[in-house]
Amino acid sequence: MFKALVARARQGYRTANYPAQDPALPALFRGRPVLDPLKCLDGCTRCVDICPTGALQVVATGPELDLGRCIFCGECAQICPGEAITLTRDWRLAATERTGLIVTGTHVAGVDALGRELRRLLGRSLRLRQISAGGCNGCEAEVNALGNVVFDSSRFGIEFVASPRHADGILVTGPLTANMKQATLTTYEAVGEPKLVIAAGACAISGGLFRGRPEQCDGIEDVLAVDLYVPGCPPHPYTILDGLLRLLGRIENRSV
Amino acid sequence: MTDFVKTGNAVPVATAAIPVAEGAAFRRAVLSGIAEGSRLLFLAGLAQDAGRTRLLAALTDDGRGEIGLIATDVAGAYPALTPDCSAAHYFEREIHEQLGVHPEGHPWLKPVRFPPGGPTIGEADFFRVAGAEIHEVAVGPVHAGIIEPGHFRFSCHGERVLHLEISLGYQHRGIEAALRSGPDKRSVHLAETIAGDTSAGHASAYCQLVEALSGTACSPRALALRTIALELERVANHIGDLGALAGDVGFLPAAAYCGRLRGDVLNLTAQLCGSRLGRGWVRPGGVAHEPGAEVFRAVKEGLRAAERDMRNAVELLWKSSSVRGRFENAGVLSRQAAADLGIVGPPARASGIDRDCRRDFPGAAYAEARPQIAVGESGDVFARAFQRWQEIENSLAFLAPLLDEPGAGEPLTAVAALAPNHLALSLVEGWRGEIVHLGMTDGAGRIAQYKILDPSFRNWYGLGIAMRGQAISDFPMCNKSFNLSYCGHDL
Repeated sequence: MFKALVARARQGYRTANYPAQDPALPALFRGRPVLDPLKCLDGCTRCVDICPTGALQVVATGPELDLGRCIFCGECAQICPGEAITLTRDWRLAATERTGLIVTGTHVAGVDALGRELRRLLGRSLRLRQISAGGCNGCEAEVNALGNVVFDSSRFGIEFVASPRHADGILVTGPLTANMKQATLTTYEAVGEPKLVIAAGACAISGGLFRGRPEQCDGIEDVLAVDLYVPGCPPHPYTILDGLLRLLGRIENRSV
Repeated sequence: MTDFVKTGNAVPVATAAIPVAEGAAFRRAVLSGIAEGSRLLFLAGLAQDAGRTRLLAALTDDGRGEIGLIATDVAGAYPALTPDCSAAHYFEREIHEQLGVHPEGHPWLKPVRFPPGGPTIGEADFFRVAGAEIHEVAVGPVHAGIIEPGHFRFSCHGERVLHLEISLGYQHRGIEAALRSGPDKRSVHLAETIAGDTSAGHASAYCQLVEALSGTACSPRALALRTIALELERVANHIGDLGALAGDVGFLPAAAYCGRLRGDVLNLTAQLCGSRLGRGWVRPGGVAHEPGAEVFRAVKEGLRAAERDMRNAVELLWKSSSVRGRFENAGVLSRQAAADLGIVGPPARASGIDRDCRRDFPGAAYAEARPQIAVGESGDVFARAFQRWQEIENSLAFLAPLLDEPGAGEPLTAVAALAPNHLALSLVEGWRGEIVHLGMTDGAGRIAQYKILDPSFRNWYGLGIAMRGQAISDFPMCNKSFNLSYCGHDL
């Protein structure tokens, strides 16, 4: 017991002061992309050609990037001859609308908080049942990290629970494999109304790298109505936490 | 292994040079190789024209770093190797499922991954223990925590587990098929998602394979950086698992500290490459980022601080009799069972099998220097936990000088086209154990066959054996002491 107390003193207080303080992310961190169509060279499609998930396309107004498909590899920014694409260190990526994930220029759609009635029902607690439906354990690992002492989501009342009966919603990772489709639906049905659906990671939003493959469903969108999209491959724990806090109205939405 | 063509780790072989033996001769060669002390590294079914299947066996002589290859063509059925070679049991189940070839005499050809077009997942036969006082406990696919899906079925007598059936496949995404006809712009990203917690491990295996088939030589610096990526991945996962093990026996101080420390190591990885999981770092021809001397210094400092705290947290574990009481003598995997099943990685070493690719088949910069290889003895949960800690200590001692002098040269070398009609095996000691990728090119130099062997593929059955006779309440702890990958198995 004494040894445990000494160790406790040594290990110190490690919980991050989020959202009051911005996280210190490394210089190489690849977050929200910003596009500058004016820098695009005429007829150039190199970013589109190199993108492994088809997240980029060039439309009349310039390049358009779908965060729901993006795996944040940064290869588009590296290959762009005009430096029209920059991956910033902004970790705040979540959106409540699928269209809010489409980046043109510096546009940021963001998260609309849940309605007042739903927030009143939830009170200061959000319990989620996580379902891995073909996730590679990347998203799962980062969702798990929310429970460690640094991110400590439980101080905001956000916890991941064992039973869907105890949950206010589900958080799905993975492209929804054919083999997990039934189990995902059964778990969703077991959650009491009203219930939330959160899609975390490129796979759950769009199928990610597996889009088009016969073993999966291109994400959960065709099967479940999604309340919050959290892009990334995998999303950083701060990206997930930030999205959840905005959904709960605990962080005010940014001005667009 | 006189009938075999000899190769090594990441050494390409012309497909035509692989001897194709007649069925009985193939069987005799494989079984006598194993009787002489070689190990079954891989048994793969490769689809040929006109419904024929080529069985390719790879045997290794770990002491010499040699790999022997031999093949045979089968149509429809062949006499199974499993009755004479336990380590073949899971490979033959896979061959049966993927290619419809029937290994005659295999004790039970249960599905492995339930791919599309086959039986529905969950609707499978399970081994049943009969008796009035026997009950079954079924768990999953959706588990209690934030864990990948899988189905476990325990046959119990009271609290005691007589048998555990593990039925997987829920994560099957078709990665092997997606890698065929490559390399293309998705290939290396797919490799990073074979098992997301082993991004550096599987990406290294993929890149090493592509480099072998294209004759690309990476710079010493690129190889050193790759080695750093692999060792950081090992340290982060091992310390995280020690924390999770502490959590599973209700010892929360160490669980909290180790959980945080895992994140600290992931953050150091992100300093080097931008991603906590090492995504976008290891690339064919080398590595994508050159972090610069300052970052190396910062990472070394960070590791030193983390090591101090790890030592403090983990000593709490070893010095708590309540923890030792749970860990010791629980979930024993005997040396013999581990050897028979071809178990790899920390669980093999914890059972006394001295097997590690970093020494036996050195890739990356391991040929120059490598961490000390720890080997345990008792094969219980304690041995596997202590194994993890020793591997952390050895990796940290190895990383410090490597971060001081990460070699010279360009981080990335251009990769040429792949040699047509060649085959290569690529071995990497990931944090879970031996990762094997097999790639075979067609006449145009495209990937015609791609096979992936995550260490979990071999080790899941080891967990089932280790659970026999255990209290069912010890399952979470036993499971975590192996911490196997679902998606790495399901592919």
